[in-house]
Amino acid sequence: MGLINLYLIPGIVLGSIYALGAVGLSLIYGVLRFGHFAHGDVMTFGAYATLSAVTLFGLSPLAALPIAMLATALLAILIDRLFYRPFRDHPTIIVVIASFGVALMLRSLVEIFWGADDRTYETGIRRPVAFFDTFMIAPRHIAIIVAAVVLVTVLHFFLTRTRLGKAMRAVSDQPSLARVCGIDLDTVSLWTWVFGAGLAAAAGLFLAIDTQLNPNMGWNLLLPLFAAAILGGIGKPYGAIAGGLVIGLAEELSSFPLFSDRPLVPPDYKTGVAFAIMVAMLLWRPQGLFRGRSFE
Amino acid sequence: MNALVGYGEYAVSLLTIGGIYAVMALGLNLQWGYGGLFNAGVSGFFAVGAYASAILTAPVTPGHFVGFGLPIIVGIVSAMLLSAVVGWFVGRICLRLQSDYLAMATIGIAEILRLVIDNEIWLTNGSRGIVAIPRPFEDLPGIWRDFAYLGLVAAVVAALYIALELLARSPWGRVMRAIRDNEAAAAAFGKDVASFRLQAFVLGSMAMGLSGALTAHAFKFIGPDATLPLITTFLVWVMLIAGGSANNRGAILGPILIWTLWSATELLTGTLPPEWQIRGSYLRVFLIGLLLQVVLQRFPRGLLPERPPRPPQAERVDAKEG
Repeated sequence: MGLINLYLIPGIVLGSIYALGAVGLSLIYGVLRFGHFAHGDVMTFGAYATLSAVTLFGLSPLAALPIAMLATALLAILIDRLFYRPFRDHPTIIVVIASFGVALMLRSLVEIFWGADDRTYETGIRRPVAFFDTFMIAPRHIAIIVAAVVLVTVLHFFLTRTRLGKAMRAVSDQPSLARVCGIDLDTVSLWTWVFGAGLAAAAGLFLAIDTQLNPNMGWNLLLPLFAAAILGGIGKPYGAIAGGLVIGLAEELSSFPLFSDRPLVPPDYKTGVAFAIMVAMLLWRPQGLFRGRSFE
Repeated sequence: MNALVGYGEYAVSLLTIGGIYAVMALGLNLQWGYGGLFNAGVSGFFAVGAYASAILTAPVTPGHFVGFGLPIIVGIVSAMLLSAVVGWFVGRICLRLQSDYLAMATIGIAEILRLVIDNEIWLTNGSRGIVAIPRPFEDLPGIWRDFAYLGLVAAVVAALYIALELLARSPWGRVMRAIRDNEAAAAAFGKDVASFRLQAFVLGSMAMGLSGALTAHAFKFIGPDATLPLITTFLVWVMLIAGGSANNRGAILGPILIWTLWSATELLTGTLPPEWQIRGSYLRVFLIGLLLQVVLQRFPRGLLPERPPRPPQAERVDAKEG
C-alpha cells in the first residue's frame, strides 16, 4: 500500500502537472516551430496570478484558475507580439535565444511584484482522506487529478471537434499543406498561445497547490517538461500527455526502495531521471514513442 | 586620495571580473559564433572548471576534508582538461541534435551538475562552498596583489584572443564558418561536420572551465550560487551577442561593457532605501533580459559585427597572356 500511497499517487499528480505543461510546449513547437524555453516561467506566472486572484477576490485557488488562465494567455499573446513574432522569418535559434531572455524577464517580474520568498495559497495541514482504511489520498491530489482530466478533455474536444483545433493539428503536421489550404497562421498561432499558456497556468497552479509558490518553480520544471514532450514525440499533444505521466511516474517511482531499504535513486536526483530519459530518447528513439518530428 | 584608491580598486576588480567573463565569452564565441552551436549550459562547464581547480588547490580545512593543496597552475590546467573531457562527452551525445535540442540537453547537463554540487557534500562541501582557495600573488602588498591578478587575467585573455584569431583565420576557421552557414555544402565538400563541431565544442568548453578556475582563485571561494544559470549562462550570452558574435574583439568588448553596466546598476540600486533594494536587484535582472531583446531586434550583429577574413587572392590570370 505504501507503494500506491507514497509513490504512485504522487507520481500521477506530478505526471498530470507535467502533462499540462508539456502539451503547451508540444503545441507551440508544432505550430510555431521553436522550443519555448520560457514555458516554465509562464507556469510560474500563472501560479502567482492565481495567488493575486485568491487574495484580491477571496476565491479558492481552483475557482481563481480561470482568471489566472486568462491573464496568462493574455501575457503570452503580448510576449509573442513583442518578442517572438519579430523573428518569424529569422533562423529558429534567434527566437529560442529571445525566449531565454523572456524566461529571465518573467522570473524577475514575479520577484519584483510578489517577492522571492516561498508562498502558499492557504496555511494549515489537512489530513488525507482514507478509503478502505489503507488507501489514502490527499484532497488536493484528488482536486489536481480531476481538474487535469477536465482540462485535457476540453483540449481533446477542441482539437478534434472545432475547426480551429483541426487547423492547429494540420499546421503542426504539415505546415506548407495547411497554408495552401487557406489556414490563417496568425489565428492558429494566437490560439496556440491561448491554450499553451492557459494550460501552463493550470500546471503552475497545481504545482503550487502540491508544493508551494516559488519564483524558480517553473524554471526547475523545464527539464522534465521537455523530456515529456520529447518522449511523446514533439508536436504531438496526446504524446505529450502520455509523456508527462510517464516522466512524473518515473521520477516518483525512482525513489521507491525496491531492492533494499534504500531508494533506487536518491530523491535529490529525481530531476536526473527525467534528464536520463530525455537523453536516452534523443539517442535511440528521436522521433518519440509516438512518432513526432525528428530533431536531427 | 583615499577616494582615488577606492575608485582604482573598484576599476581593477571590474576589469578582472570583466576579463574572466571575456574568457568565457571567447569560449562561447568559438562554439556559437564560429560553430553555430547553441550551448545553454555554460554554467555547467564553468562549474566543472571552478570546482576542479578549487578542490585540487585548496588545503584540507577542518570540517571539509577534500583538498589536495596542489600548486595553482596544476589546478588551472586540470580544470581545463576536465572541462574538455566533459565537453567531449556532452558533444558526442548532443552535437548531432538540432539547435533547440542541443540547448535543452546542455541545460540539462548544467542542472544535473548543479544537483551534484548541492548534494555531494563530501566533494563540494554543498551549499557552504569551498573556502581558502589559494590565490596567486598573495604575498604582494595591498593593491598590487589585485593588479597582479588583473595582469594574469589580461594575459590569459590576450593569449586566448591571439590563439582564437589564428584559429579563425586558419583553414579550420573557414571550415567552421562554412559548416555554420551551410552544413550540407560543407559536408558535400568532404568535411567531417561532426568532428569539426566536436572540436569547436571541446575547445570552447576548455575556455569556460578556465574561466571557472580563474573565478575560484580570484574570490578564494566557490559556492553553488556562482553556478546559477543567471550569473553565468545568461549574462555571458547577453555579453557575446551584444559584443558581436563571431568577432573575438566583440567577445572581449561585450563582457567588459555589460559587466560595467551590471555593476554600475548595482551601485545605483545600492542607493535605494532598503525596502526597495531587493526589488531593485530583480529589476536589474529584468533589464538585462530586456537588453538582450533590444540587441536581438535592433542590433542583431552586435557592437562589433563579424568580419570574415578576406579569402586569399586567387592568382590573377591575365587575359592578354592567356
